Amino acid sequence: MLAKRIIPCLDVKDGRVVKGTNFQGIKDVDSPVELAKFYNASGADELVFYDITASSEGRKLFADVLKDVAKNIFIPLTVGGGINTLDDFDRVLKSGADKVSVNSGAIKNPKLIEQGAKKYGNQCVVLSMDVKRVDGRFVVFAKGGRECTGIDAIEWAYMGQENGAGELVLNSIDTDGVKGGFDIEMLDKIGAKLSIPIIASGGAGCEKHFVDLFRACPKADAGLAASIFHFKQVDIKNLKQILADNGVSVRL
Amino acid sequence: MIAIVDYGVGNLFSLKSSLDFIGAQNVITNDADVIKNADKIILPGVGAFADAIKLLHQTGLVPVLKQQVSQGKPLLGICLGMQLLFENSFEYGCHKGLGFIKGDVCPIADDVDKTLKISHMGWNSLDIKKQSPLFKYIKDGDYVYFVHSYYAKNCNDVIATSNYGIDLTAMVQNGNVFGAQFHPEKSGETGLAILKAFNEI
Repeated sequence: MLAKRIIPCLDVKDGRVVKGTNFQGIKDVDSPVELAKFYNASGADELVFYDITASSEGRKLFADVLKDVAKNIFIPLTVGGGINTLDDFDRVLKSGADKVSVNSGAIKNPKLIEQGAKKYGNQCVVLSMDVKRVDGRFVVFAKGGRECTGIDAIEWAYMGQENGAGELVLNSIDTDGVKGGFDIEMLDKIGAKLSIPIIASGGAGCEKHFVDLFRACPKADAGLAASIFHFKQVDIKNLKQILADNGVSVRL
Repeated sequence: MIAIVDYGVGNLFSLKSSLDFIGAQNVITNDADVIKNADKIILPGVGAFADAIKLLHQTGLVPVLKQQVSQGKPLLGICLGMQLLFENSFEYGCHKGLGFIKGDVCPIADDVDKTLKISHMGWNSLDIKKQSPLFKYIKDGDYVYFVHSYYAKNCNDVIATSNYGIDLTAMVQNGNVFGAQFHPEKSGETGLAILKAFNEI
């Protein structure tokens, strides 16, 4: 039976892993390579590796850091941040990424999803969305959650799927960093019309939040988090055991 | 020495890295002599069947692979590389494969419940059906990482399946020809253990 996935996200700036609260007040944590090794050993099902400043400051990911990670971990690796062109896809795939996550780059140029899917296959394209409630509807934000695009999140997600995105990361800005649980309402509303895998992001604060996610939202295929794993508030091995004990299918 | 056949399909960085990691000597090559001199062959692949088999034929390596297989050299097809080992694929039309393993590659969507997501993507557990040297270091129920929308059926050489509403062919073996539908190079310790076992055949 297909397992629900637990995915630590490594937000990287200047070759270091960082994680903010509501995207503000960044704290330095650890080296990407060391964390990747640690997570691989502790049972992470996948890793997401974002250059969080790339969208706004045009920073390139450090190919050497990526390569180092990919030579040490043998689980799927998604890389995002600053992906604006097919050349960016090529750059990170050659450095060992398996999937490429597009966010602001796809908002600027929606054809990027289709281009990436045609060239590298749907399985390679992950559409990542930062979503926030604005006047009672779900709206897509760009540039690491700093810029409101006015784009309807439900429509944007569906369009991404139809254009060839193979997976969707739905990150709730409203719950991100708050550690009060995943944004089930947002995931349900956006996920309702979708048939591609959905990775829930934003709001996990403890093991129970993952149990709640997979129980309340069957459409969620994976739960993603960062700081709770980096600061070892939640241990992935322990988390997966708790999920299994609660009847959630996981890879132990 | 394992020859990883390079015919212009997919990213071989992870496969090479994983073989390096377990200490298996390997080379990415499209050179017939290198393949002939290798102890083992891995046929990788991602993307569409029709494009891949066309590219493979264009390299001129198909007769070399057939000759090497008939001489008993171990060959492991991975993901689309496994599908290429079969007689036929029904991915957008009907296409001839290498015919090393009897059976057909067909859309998962035709045979599973419509509520299930297509592709079959993520970690799924292996149900071992027959013994194989590839299982030397793994056990029934171990998880491996899949990404595929087509699967092999009408096949008597299935050695492991994974359940996705139906039993999907996960691994095959016909003598010295092996196939893994999942990505051993992305399947953590289990995947590395399968590659290690292949290297030791």
